[in-house]
Amino acid sequence: MKNVNILVLADHAEILETIIRLINKNDGWNGTGVASYDEAQEALKINKFDLVLLGVGVDDEAEAKILRLCESIAPRTVCMRHYGGGSGLLSSEIQHALAQRNLNV
Amino acid sequence: MKNNILHKANTRFSADHGWLKSAQTFSFHDHYDPQRIQFGALRVLNDDIVHGGKGFGRHPHDNMEIISIPLEGTLEHQDSMGNVAVIRPGEIQAMSAGTGIYHTEFNKDPAEPVTFLQIWLYPNKLNVTPRYDQLDYSKGDKHNKFLQILSPDLNDEGVWIQQEAWFHIGELDNGFETRYSLKKAGNGLYVFVIKGNVVVNDQALEQRDGYGLWPDANVQIAATSDAEVLLMEIPEKW
Repeated sequence: MKNVNILVLADHAEILETIIRLINKNDGWNGTGVASYDEAQEALKINKFDLVLLGVGVDDEAEAKILRLCESIAPRTVCMRHYGGGSGLLSSEIQHALAQRNLNV
Repeated sequence: MKNNILHKANTRFSADHGWLKSAQTFSFHDHYDPQRIQFGALRVLNDDIVHGGKGFGRHPHDNMEIISIPLEGTLEHQDSMGNVAVIRPGEIQAMSAGTGIYHTEFNKDPAEPVTFLQIWLYPNKLNVTPRYDQLDYSKGDKHNKFLQILSPDLNDEGVWIQQEAWFHIGELDNGFETRYSLKKAGNGLYVFVIKGNVVVNDQALEQRDGYGLWPDANVQIAATSDAEVLLMEIPEKW
């Protein structure tokens, strides 16, 4: 099974930990958490991610910066909002995003 | 013209965790269907039954408007803002999760289950300060009329949320007919039949059916049995 690498940006430490834990419970999904734009930028330079989830604390301006960053250095990466803070929405958000990329997971 | 969407009760996703049985109108947890993601800003409509003495342990939410409407039994809410409250049938609870909140929802009655609707809407503003609101509408007049129980305005009737949405609830006698007029042009209307049978425009609906439509301005609702109906006026874009 192809591994899916997911980067999560959120500035609430406990919620970020919850989201990463939920992602990593799924076989084939690998979650990495960062708490700031700068950390996200470093992570995107070093690793290939299939999906970037923007969580709590990421305002519209930061979201636009991340989108521009993804377009410039990781154009195949899907970048989208995560709502709910590691809630029951997480899995279907990820599946929906991956379906859009036609990844086989 | 947009397409109206019918969600029959028996097409909802079914989850059975032993202590929790849930019928889910839209994709949730492990259930994913790209055709069943949302109706405008309405993202979650779960019809939950929690066993006596059981509940949802401490867990987080952010950036969602989370509404609970008990139908039978009682639910105790505790959250990281210090709110402790019990909600009963005839009451509605709304949480704007905003920058993050932890909460528990527990059925403290050891013997009787609690049945409640759990409804989540996307907010129209991100990262707001979390807030909690609760309303007892049991004394409000909802017999053969629709009582407003949720709105985007702190000073209006009902609990208030961070989204341009309005909820109304009505208990209709068999044969009663009425119309609902949109509060905001362009909004959709999601009708959820809590009990009984109704006809919405030309669409017949049974108990626990959901029907999403984008009317021009108003909608005809006719009860074909004694019925209880929840109307959710929902923005398509925000």
